[in-house]
Amino acid sequence: MEQQLSYTLDSTLETVDHAEESATRIATELGFGEEEIMQISMAVREGAVNAVLHGNKYAPDKKVVLAFERTADDLVITIRDQGKGIDLSGIPNPLAPENLLKTSGRGIFLMRSFMDVVEIRPSQSGTEVKLIKHVHGPSVGNKERSQ
Amino acid sequence: MKLSTRQVDGVTIVDCSGRITLGEGSVTLRDTVRELLSKGNKKIVLNLAEVNYIDSSGIGELVSAFTTSKNQGGELKLLHLTKKVHDLLQITKLYTVFDVKDDETAAVKGFK
Repeated sequence: MEQQLSYTLDSTLETVDHAEESATRIATELGFGEEEIMQISMAVREGAVNAVLHGNKYAPDKKVVLAFERTADDLVITIRDQGKGIDLSGIPNPLAPENLLKTSGRGIFLMRSFMDVVEIRPSQSGTEVKLIKHVHGPSVGNKERSQ
Repeated sequence: MKLSTRQVDGVTIVDCSGRITLGEGSVTLRDTVRELLSKGNKKIVLNLAEVNYIDSSGIGELVSAFTTSKNQGGELKLLHLTKKVHDLLQITKLYTVFDVKDDETAAVKGFK
């Protein structure tokens, strides 16, 4: 991939699939291992689901911006919606015994489980989620660094 | 996602293949389990051997299938988890909530 890549997408289920597929392709191109590719693609899928479903609520006039950036040390993925901004204090711990049998509320937990850094910045004009996966070893992406 | 059902000694085995994700996959699973329960099929095994991907919505549907079955006097077990699904149920602490089996005969015999 180029150093930066950005998509502006509709608030649809197709966007969720597109986000996941893009993440899989880019993580593969950068040389991440099979397990890490799965983790990155699933984290991006969960972020896209939140943006489309909970952020933009499928509104046709609202967009999701998905951006990938390869820095020296990281793959940085940003997902931004145009919703009202997520209330982080209202998200229960999905591992608490009283929440185990809830049918939703695991998306952010999975993102945090699979990525090295997850930053969530809600605002009145939308929520921005930044997902960071560290590049491990010289074989990933930037071969020049090993030479 | 594709689902097919078969009967083994009074137990309904639901063979699932593909992805259980937000949208079609989750809805298909939900509808199938609810239809089985409404027709009196209270002993259900979800065979997930061919399920290669599941997201948080899919996990939610498995939980929903489990609790709906229980609330209607039924019982639901999971069979043949792939590594991906197994790992997801581990990190979400659901592995011990579900009754997970590796052997179909044992799963069928395991119903009360």
